[in-house]
Amino acid sequence: MRRIAPARGAACALAMGLAATGCGGGPGSGAYGGAVFSASWTDPQNPLEPANTNEVQGGKVLDMVFRGLKRYNAKTGRAENMVAESIETRDSRNFTIRLKPGWTFSNGEEVTARSFVDAWNYGASLRNNQKNAYFFGYIDGFDKIHPSSGRQSADTLSGLRVIDARTFTVRLNQTFSSFPATLGYNAFVPLPRAFFTDHAAWLKRPVGNGPYTIGSYTRGAQMSLKKWDGYPGPDRARNGGVMLVVYTDYNTAYTDLMSGNLDLVDDVPAAQLKNVRTDLEDRYINTPAGIIQTLAFPYYDKAWNRPGAEKVRTGLSMAIDRRQITDKIFRQTRTPATDWTSPVLGTAGGYRAGLCGSACDYDPARAKRLIEEGGGLPGGRFTISYNADSGSHKEWVDAVCNSINNALGDSKACVGNPVGTFADFRNRIGQHKMNGPFRAGWQMDYPLIQNFLQPLYYTDASSNDGKWSNGTFDRLVDRANAQTDPPKAVATFQKAEEVVRDNMAAIPLWYQNGSAGYSQRLSDVALNPFSVPVYNEIKVS
Amino acid sequence: MPEQPYEPERAIAGTGMGGTMDLGASEAVTLDRTPGGPAGPGPADRPRSLWSDAWRDLRRNPVFLVSGLIIVFLVFISLWPSAITSGSPFTCDLAKAQDGAQPGHPFGYDGQGCDVYTRTVYGARTSVTVGLCATLGVALTGSVLGGLAGWFGGPWDSVLSRITDVFFAIPVVLGGLVLLSVVTTNTVWPVVGFMVLLGWPQISRIARGSVITVKQNDYVQAARALGASDARILLRHIAPNAVAPVIVVATIALGTYISLEATLSYLGVGLKPPSISWGIDISAASPYLRNAPHALLWPSGALAVTVLAFIMLGDAVRDALDPKLR
Amino acid sequence: MGRYVLRRLLQMVPVFIGSTLLIFLMVNVMGDPVAGLCGERQCDPATAAQLRREFGLDRPLWQQYLTYMGNVFTGDFGTAFNGQPVTELMATAFPVTIRLTVVAILFEIVVGITLGVLTGLRRGRPVDTAVLLLTLVVISVPTFVSGLVLQLLLGVQWGWIRPSVSPAAGFGELLVPGLVLASVSLAYVTRLTRTSIAENKRSDYVRTAVAKGLPRHRVITRHLLRNSLIPVVTFIGFDIGALMGGAIVTERIFNIHGVGYQLYQGILRQNTQTVVGFVTVLVLVFLVANLLVDLLYAVLDPRIRYA
Repeated sequence: MRRIAPARGAACALAMGLAATGCGGGPGSGAYGGAVFSASWTDPQNPLEPANTNEVQGGKVLDMVFRGLKRYNAKTGRAENMVAESIETRDSRNFTIRLKPGWTFSNGEEVTARSFVDAWNYGASLRNNQKNAYFFGYIDGFDKIHPSSGRQSADTLSGLRVIDARTFTVRLNQTFSSFPATLGYNAFVPLPRAFFTDHAAWLKRPVGNGPYTIGSYTRGAQMSLKKWDGYPGPDRARNGGVMLVVYTDYNTAYTDLMSGNLDLVDDVPAAQLKNVRTDLEDRYINTPAGIIQTLAFPYYDKAWNRPGAEKVRTGLSMAIDRRQITDKIFRQTRTPATDWTSPVLGTAGGYRAGLCGSACDYDPARAKRLIEEGGGLPGGRFTISYNADSGSHKEWVDAVCNSINNALGDSKACVGNPVGTFADFRNRIGQHKMNGPFRAGWQMDYPLIQNFLQPLYYTDASSNDGKWSNGTFDRLVDRANAQTDPPKAVATFQKAEEVVRDNMAAIPLWYQNGSAGYSQRLSDVALNPFSVPVYNEIKVS
Repeated sequence: MPEQPYEPERAIAGTGMGGTMDLGASEAVTLDRTPGGPAGPGPADRPRSLWSDAWRDLRRNPVFLVSGLIIVFLVFISLWPSAITSGSPFTCDLAKAQDGAQPGHPFGYDGQGCDVYTRTVYGARTSVTVGLCATLGVALTGSVLGGLAGWFGGPWDSVLSRITDVFFAIPVVLGGLVLLSVVTTNTVWPVVGFMVLLGWPQISRIARGSVITVKQNDYVQAARALGASDARILLRHIAPNAVAPVIVVATIALGTYISLEATLSYLGVGLKPPSISWGIDISAASPYLRNAPHALLWPSGALAVTVLAFIMLGDAVRDALDPKLR
Repeated sequence: MGRYVLRRLLQMVPVFIGSTLLIFLMVNVMGDPVAGLCGERQCDPATAAQLRREFGLDRPLWQQYLTYMGNVFTGDFGTAFNGQPVTELMATAFPVTIRLTVVAILFEIVVGITLGVLTGLRRGRPVDTAVLLLTLVVISVPTFVSGLVLQLLLGVQWGWIRPSVSPAAGFGELLVPGLVLASVSLAYVTRLTRTSIAENKRSDYVRTAVAKGLPRHRVITRHLLRNSLIPVVTFIGFDIGALMGGAIVTERIFNIHGVGYQLYQGILRQNTQTVVGFVTVLVLVFLVANLLVDLLYAVLDPRIRYA
């Protein structure tokens, strides 16, 4: 295999949109105190408004262009103050937030309490169609500004109050002790006045308060981000800028990395993993991320919700040889799951290895027995539905099915059921048309055990796709949220997780790692717990 | 498969068949035929029919014999795949994923640890079914609609020709992506249906052009003068003589449909499991091109040989049916 | 001639309406696009309802179609889900795809016709057999397989080309993708020209030309080729539209952000506005190319006249 040539020439060609880059001179001699590097990207689905960006690709840009009250530590995942100086509460319901002085947007405007309050009101307001509006759902007055039906009767959240230029208060509609830790999510970043006064122009070139500014943006092709020299924050960019290049197929991105046309690929396709050590030597990272893959069940379908069905579900879980699949298909970029959270939470955060117990161990004989005891598979066979348009879902679904079929000794018991598009897949879930297990992936919004349980298993929660409902679980979650002492809250959440286990509400498959490969020009490449590269730390030589 | 599988053969056959060239919206085009110019495949002045001549030619054509043999073999293994395999295509052992050839497993294993040889043999049935059914559907729909347009002419022709244009204007792969992305069943019929829906205009145009040409021939005029009914003229004189170009194009198109199924699978909207087809296997193996080229090679090879056989057959039939190339 | 063109233009109107309606219906069959916009979670019903209202999805289909076509005639192709006007997407996508198509068509014309003439004149010789075999192989291997293999060999193993095309997508970078896109058509053009040349070689006018003592190259270019080009021109004319709309696979493999890419994304996200908009333009290209081809007949074959 060819050695990877430095991608200097390519990055320079790509960076033509920038007025000056380090291309002409020696290493690191660029006008921005560092050279520009190129990285793989996919076109964001939604306009780049913070409260409207609900997928990783738009999130990458927001992560570079904005800084919020808190920021999750790239290594530990803990929420640390960024723009916030302090967030105080006595009752876990009323919070006083004080900002650090000196923060500005890249257009010179100061970051004030109003920058936050206006942004949050905008994000919550029904008329703005922000898809992440529900993140503001804990704040008092959300039901007025964003009623579930009918017109909104308020334009601002009554729970938000500006005290002075650097202070504002938040009143929640319920106690929620972990609220401050959620504030590192992109939806909570501040917005400059320009966002409201000239919205169209802002969308073309978003302006924020992060270490990068957007140089140029050609939708569907590329975006150039350059280092903001005047950035007041502590985490200044250590490179001159980033050129995000849109790829339709990440196999092509990897091919480009190999041939020296791209510096950073932040998702190495499974098919290429076998060669990654020869292709990239040590320029490959594989670190845990807050993503868990599960199989959800349609509880609106009687066949999967009858008494005894939990034995069938547990049996299916035991028929899946997770270790072999993560080794052979994913080449250790997934780790067999033994609970319903993620290792990135850490033990203190609520991750408990082995919580699933024997129900997640591969045991074909017991699996077969359990399924028979539970009344057998509904109709003798079932399908696993997934969307065929993105990710390499087909590969693992086929492998899971083969594993189950081999365990049960029936070559047609399990069959993959690809659904053409993600939109159609979501439609079928939304309209309760699933008639068997289906793919459910969960990427955490913030590193809290609450985020791995409540949105997925609480009755009628937004991502409870299988419509599982369990009174005990709901009560435990409510209790955990009201706990003001974090360790106690975590322990209560874990009790709730045990309820999930005992019912096998969803089969945990594996924890997903973030994987990335990079060229010889780069150093200090790391992925944060959201599997997003920490762009500002990357050095270019 | 070609990303635009239908257009080419229309034009090819159009020219190959002497005067039956299709001129698009040709009711506006007058072709002044000089006496020495091309004339349709007119068997009227021959003692033997076009068909027996063609058959005599074909029997001696090695291209025809080879492609015919391949096709017979394909049909045989489609009907009885177990005749030449012992394993089941559903028996897969992930531990052997991507392994190369071994005794008893001459083609090696694919990414799921399934035996490539067994899957290639079992894949023939689906691929051949898709090809045959789609071609049959396209040929029937196309020649009926095109034939009627050509025979009746006038407003009928205008309307039918415009409808043909409407379907022609939709890019095929695009139509497949849109229509097949919502399909839920795992049979071959939606794929076949889509191919017929967007494929018939191709045959329709050829049939129309061919009927128009044949209609002007002396023997048709003669039959009409003798007082033959429309139905009799259509069935006895027009159909047998106009059908040749349709058969030629259909044979070639058959290969392209098989290939199109693979492309649809690559785009994620082809056949669904537990169907086994070359298209599914090729698209599943394509990311593993570097590590397990054998998993891509064998089903691609089988597909290429099949497509090749049908195209060669079509070629041979065309040559045999075209008196000018004798 | 003028009347003929006018009549053809008028005939385009129903075809245009029919095709756009057809694609509109097809995209609509795909169902509600809003569900896919909220990631792995249920859209909150209030926002979903409002989005549907904004995109006009809550109205009956015929109304949606009429409104859409009305807007199209005023130059408004609607807005994609990412908030960008579809016309802007077109402005970035079409130039790239047009360049790609030009490269592909040039390959078809230059290589295809040359090989076709060569083999047509030497029917049955080794060169003919070799080219014939080659074209058959090209036709029978799916494009995505040949594309991936070429990309791996030329781009990675041998390092002759960039495996992907940069966003600028200059002509040089588009050579290999253009060849892959053109490959199947190229094979057809070769075969088409060959058949046509072989057929016309024995015609009276060629014999006359030879008998007049015209030099060989003049006979070939002025008489033989010109008369043999009609089917080839027909084919290439149809191919323009097919190449532009059919480059989905090629554009995906080589990461070209053209029409195929936008259509693919549009379909995956069930973005009616993008898909219908792009197809509308493609249908126009197809119709105009058809008309031009028919007009070219008269140039190539004096026997054809338009009334």
